[in-house]
Amino acid sequence: MPKLTVDGIELEVPQGATVLQACELAGKEIPRFCYHERLSIAGNCRMCLVEVKPGPPKPQASCALPAAEGQEIRTDSEMVRKAREGVMEFLLINHPLDCPICDQGGECDLQDQSVAYGRGSSRYHEPKRAVTEKYMGPLIKTVMTRCIQCTRCVRFSEEIAGVDEIGALYRGENMQITTYLERAATHELSANVIDLCPVGALTSRPYAFEARPWELKKTLGIDVSDAVGANIRIDSRGREVLRALPRINDDVNEEWISDKARYQVDGLTKRRLDKVWIRNKAGKLEAASWDEAFKVIAKAKPGKSVAAIAGDLVDCETMFAAKALLRAMGSKLLEGRQTGMDYDVSSLAAVNFNSGLAGIETADAILIVGSHVRWEAPLVNARLRKAAKNGAKLFIVGPEWETTFPATFLGADVAVLDKLPAEVAAAMEGAERPAIILGGAGLARGALGPLLALAANWKLVRDGWNGFNVLHMAASRMGGLMLGYAQKGGIADIVKAKPAVLLALGADEVDYDQFAGSLKVYIGHHGDKGAHAADIILPAAAYTEKDGTYVNTEGRVQFAEKAVFAPGDAREDWTILRALADALKVDVGFDSFDELQALIVADVPALGVEGLADYGALPAGGGSASGEIAYPIKDFYLTNPIARASAVMQRCSAELLHGEDLAEAAE
Amino acid sequence: MANRHLEPDTPELRARWDTFAFNSAWDAKAKAAIARYPDGRQKSAVMALLDYAQRQVGEETNTQGWLPIPVMEYVAAYLDMPVIRVVEVASFYTMYNLAPVGRFHVQVCGTTPCMLRGSDDIMAACKARGMHKGHTTEDGLWMLTEVECMGNCASAPMVQINDDNFEDLTADRLNAVLDALAKGETPKAGTQEPGRHTVEPLGGPTTLKDMVSANHDYRGEW
Repeated sequence: MPKLTVDGIELEVPQGATVLQACELAGKEIPRFCYHERLSIAGNCRMCLVEVKPGPPKPQASCALPAAEGQEIRTDSEMVRKAREGVMEFLLINHPLDCPICDQGGECDLQDQSVAYGRGSSRYHEPKRAVTEKYMGPLIKTVMTRCIQCTRCVRFSEEIAGVDEIGALYRGENMQITTYLERAATHELSANVIDLCPVGALTSRPYAFEARPWELKKTLGIDVSDAVGANIRIDSRGREVLRALPRINDDVNEEWISDKARYQVDGLTKRRLDKVWIRNKAGKLEAASWDEAFKVIAKAKPGKSVAAIAGDLVDCETMFAAKALLRAMGSKLLEGRQTGMDYDVSSLAAVNFNSGLAGIETADAILIVGSHVRWEAPLVNARLRKAAKNGAKLFIVGPEWETTFPATFLGADVAVLDKLPAEVAAAMEGAERPAIILGGAGLARGALGPLLALAANWKLVRDGWNGFNVLHMAASRMGGLMLGYAQKGGIADIVKAKPAVLLALGADEVDYDQFAGSLKVYIGHHGDKGAHAADIILPAAAYTEKDGTYVNTEGRVQFAEKAVFAPGDAREDWTILRALADALKVDVGFDSFDELQALIVADVPALGVEGLADYGALPAGGGSASGEIAYPIKDFYLTNPIARASAVMQRCSAELLHGEDLAEAAE
Repeated sequence: MANRHLEPDTPELRARWDTFAFNSAWDAKAKAAIARYPDGRQKSAVMALLDYAQRQVGEETNTQGWLPIPVMEYVAAYLDMPVIRVVEVASFYTMYNLAPVGRFHVQVCGTTPCMLRGSDDIMAACKARGMHKGHTTEDGLWMLTEVECMGNCASAPMVQINDDNFEDLTADRLNAVLDALAKGETPKAGTQEPGRHTVEPLGGPTTLKDMVSANHDYRGEW
């Protein structure tokens, strides 16, 4: 614990801290471009120069200098001021003065820091360097003349994403950042380099020339594209969501989000359901009014014969409102596992990501069963890569996929769990923090029981550690399970009950042929598979258009706020269900959102507290499983109705996954 | 060497070079280079392997050799490392040629000491033979570049041709060297000044004369 002084302030800093970190602890702002907390130290921008005694009589790059006992650091001396001005002047020599047409304007580190630490005028009259454009795919727009060679993007793709595809070619003044042969960046976190880029060299292609940061309303939201529940900031103007950016939450998403979370938002304005529709006798959908639709539903006289299926994107409030409606009508037919899975949910601890998303980084032996983690939860994949870098051994049961870390594939059949190779058993038994990750494909093959038994064998639950994890794919899954959206036999039980009225809450993955005799009421926001099969369509709000509670795969309860209003006649889901209760002449017990939330908390107290829910102890398992694992996600970019409606995601899918050569639109 | 650029990745390039593999002689050298580093650190041999690959390409094309993209991919696969990291190295060092070159790569030093000793004449002599900076002559024999200091200031002016330096040049001496090379001979490398061996002073020592025959302690004379 070295003791040092920063501008006369004495403080003690942790062992291994750098001078830059010491200055930050002392509350001093150090300008920087190449240094980033989550990346390795490069020390090449020289913006973080400070004066350090003892040491050579010149400014030192604080990001790469270890803090040591007795150092006297000055960040406010004349030498430091001049050094910063000098570095800034050099950086600006080859940086174009095109801020007015640069998308980074207003949120540009170089702009901000040149105002704060620069000279204010230029002495440079010679021609500036120009760099040819580089293609980096459909998401990243490049203007490489603006690049200041901080190499953050290179380090990100190598260290965090684990895909070496961005590099710095040539040298000195001619150094250029590019992907290999200008191929598109193809990993699932690629667009994070846009946030990392301190200048306008890498900007968002879909968002190009859309808005300036100061015109945007910023709303704190939760991402629903997977079950990680990444914390996002929704930037909107008027009634349109323009972009989603990650918020920092070390427990969930650190400061990354997947490309899908970031770029599916343009789907929010396309293929929207903004009118009530009723299917006529000829089988065609006709626009109608809310009253007409409610009358048709009331005329079906469902009585107790009503069921609700929750989709992957819905919030807890919607699910609870439907549950309350069904309860008032005397039905308990709730299900959220749309594809027919029927794993045991008597203990939620058995289907939760118990080690926590941050915890999995510290595991030292991990067995993954039936999860294509890179596509099902790219942010968890980044954590697994960290674990592997720290020396964890990883084994995967399931068809092979391209991992970004060293891993051993044990075969595609879950039957291998009965006769695991000796090295797996040895690694798991010898590990201090062993972990299992069970994915949806594994659950579908009945691997839950055998893995719970293995968990007990390998003592996955020990002091301060629970290594049994289930990785879901649907943002609504854990919330749905907490609210009882699960039948013993899965969706088959609902089919068997032959409900007169089926409420589909944004459920688009269900096989509706099974419900031929039911009046199918689709309450959702996109004209996708669910709306296609529905008899009545009630337009509802997407995740950016309503306040809501989401529970991620580790059981973390998080609240999201409403950013914009739903389009057209669309209403927030809970108000639709409340109005439906009136039409069906039952009392659901709430008239406002607050009352609804109070009822939820009374029903499931854990949903009222932000943070990890407690699901109790891990149950015992047993049995055996067999069958080939088949991953449910066939196309990473098109997994939900919003993404399927998004032009950007469609282009990503076509270009990055199906290799289509798309001609760039003329600008 | 500004304006370096990778040779475009065309189907013709792929057709020519996709089958590239080290022949047994270079393969043995490559294995020896990798063996110099600990297990798992085979990537450290990337610079040696790029050199060997360039030389083998040179043998195959009867030029100084260069690095087509498929060859860099071969080296990357050989060392189990990402291609972009190999290309970074190859594009950083100017001794790796990124585009096709001629049989002899004539690198004329034009930095101040050479310039003062007549590098302009050397450059003019090269140009008189039809060479242009940055281009290969039509017969595929010569490629000319002007480079910065090569560290032979004591025997300026100089040119570097492939692996050899030729120093103390005049236009005539350079022409003699180039003629010999064109004929397939191997001219004497190093200084071209008659009677000079390396970079010792012409006409005998001018300083530390007492040191020539025996060790002499100068300290008393300071």
